[in-house]
Amino acid sequence: MSAVPRYLLSVYGPAERTESSGHASRDAMVQAFAGTGAFNERLQRDGHLVFADGLAPATTATTVDGQGGKPALTDGPYLATTEHLDAFWVIEAADLDVALALAAEGSRACHGPVEVRPFRAEEPRRAPLRP
Amino acid sequence: MSDPTVEQVITRVHREEWARVVAGLARRFGDLDVAEEATAEAFLAAAERWPREGVPPNPGGWLATTATRKAIDRLRRESQRDAKHQAARMVYDDTPPEPTGPVEDDRLRLVFTCCHPALAMEARVALTLRLLGGLTVPEIARAFLVQETTMARRITRAKAKIKAAHIPYRVPSADDVRERLAGVLAVVYLVFNEGYLASAGNDPVRVDLTDEAIRLGRLLRTLLPDDGEVAGLLALMLLTDARRLARVSRTGELVTLGEQDRGAWNRTQIAEGAALVRERVKAVAAGGDPPGRYQLQAAINVVHTAAPSARDTDWSSIVALYGRLVRLDPSPVVRLNRAVAVAEVDGPGVGLAEIDRLAAVLDGYHAFHAARADLLRRLGRGGESRAAYDRAIGLAGNPAERAYLTRRRDQLAG
Repeated sequence: MSAVPRYLLSVYGPAERTESSGHASRDAMVQAFAGTGAFNERLQRDGHLVFADGLAPATTATTVDGQGGKPALTDGPYLATTEHLDAFWVIEAADLDVALALAAEGSRACHGPVEVRPFRAEEPRRAPLRP
Repeated sequence: MSDPTVEQVITRVHREEWARVVAGLARRFGDLDVAEEATAEAFLAAAERWPREGVPPNPGGWLATTATRKAIDRLRRESQRDAKHQAARMVYDDTPPEPTGPVEDDRLRLVFTCCHPALAMEARVALTLRLLGGLTVPEIARAFLVQETTMARRITRAKAKIKAAHIPYRVPSADDVRERLAGVLAVVYLVFNEGYLASAGNDPVRVDLTDEAIRLGRLLRTLLPDDGEVAGLLALMLLTDARRLARVSRTGELVTLGEQDRGAWNRTQIAEGAALVRERVKAVAAGGDPPGRYQLQAAINVVHTAAPSARDTDWSSIVALYGRLVRLDPSPVVRLNRAVAVAEVDGPGVGLAEIDRLAAVLDGYHAFHAARADLLRRLGRGGESRAAYDRAIGLAGNPAERAYLTRRRDQLAG
């Protein structure tokens, strides 16, 4: 048996968050939270969910470079872009078609585009999570 | 040593068997790289051995067996280098295909994998030509006027994505197959148009690409004989390509449909295309799905090719067919084509009025200005016509088209 492929599903958003977390309105934000919660439950129920969570704003990040003698700390995210990783899912899916269909559901739920990226698969992994 | 008949056999077998061998290995070994390389090696072995030993009685079977052996050899070599890969790689799929799709030919799986929507269009085109068409990387690079290394990288990257992202080797489920097939047909039609309308380079028509697209169209027709749009696309390509020889003059100038020597049209291809369209008309009349864009475009071409001269063309039918096409695809280019046909039925003034409504969206498109220039000329508005020809010439990428437009402009009085 070969391992079930894993994918990282990422959602991006602006570095500085507004009160409604980048959503058009407070209502839209509440709706997206509810939709995402339901989607997470579905992932869990169908054995796709490995891990999912949302991140604090990128402005709260600290970048550490430990390659020198003393770790160098920089206030802020590593990438100098206007949008940063906001939330992500790690899922297991039989193939890319399944992952893309789930990503489309997730995108609808959280009101944003979702990037689907496969994990490097060299070591065989355990079987997918089943409730 | 090189017996020309054996070479011909190899060429023919290459055309007929390449995709089948690649597709079979891809399913068995689950790796497009291995499938492609082993198939190429098997054909190389055939080119070496058949002239000496004679062509085997079942060339396709010989190639499949030889390619399988080469694939196993390669996997053994790799597994010695890296024992960890062995387990993952040597799991063959010898089970009968799962009944997930309507047709169980491995080549159809390969079609859908190569044309997967998660791949960029240029990657789909390159993969399709390499893995299904059997064109070499230098051939594909030449056809698309890019460096060989660039094309090789494009193909390698696409194969790596298919593998890393687990793009499935499967015919899509009945729910998705229609939409996915439309994507496949778009790849084939893009290859055809790149050959027929050569947007860059010095050749007005690149026959290698048009021929390959027609061959892919025939393969799809073999795999999906009941699909209307598959038949429609093949018919459209045959009917368009049938006019190829008449389309460019001896001096390298584009000849418009109205001025073409209809005696130079390929009647065999026209008959084949027309028969496909008749088949579809019957199927639709018997309650089949309404015709899609390729069937409608093929039908328009049947009307053109059935006319003994441009003047005798049944323009009303063409306008009606474009009307149906506009309902399916209200894009400005389709509306431009409809307006050109309207000008033939209702006069250049009416056609021009329709075309001018598209000015905002089509201002950067040479065919828009060429169509305007022609209608303005026919309306006796020479100055405006000249300006429109100038715009068209500036925007046209194809030298034959530029030559035609330049002559037309220079023929304007005053």
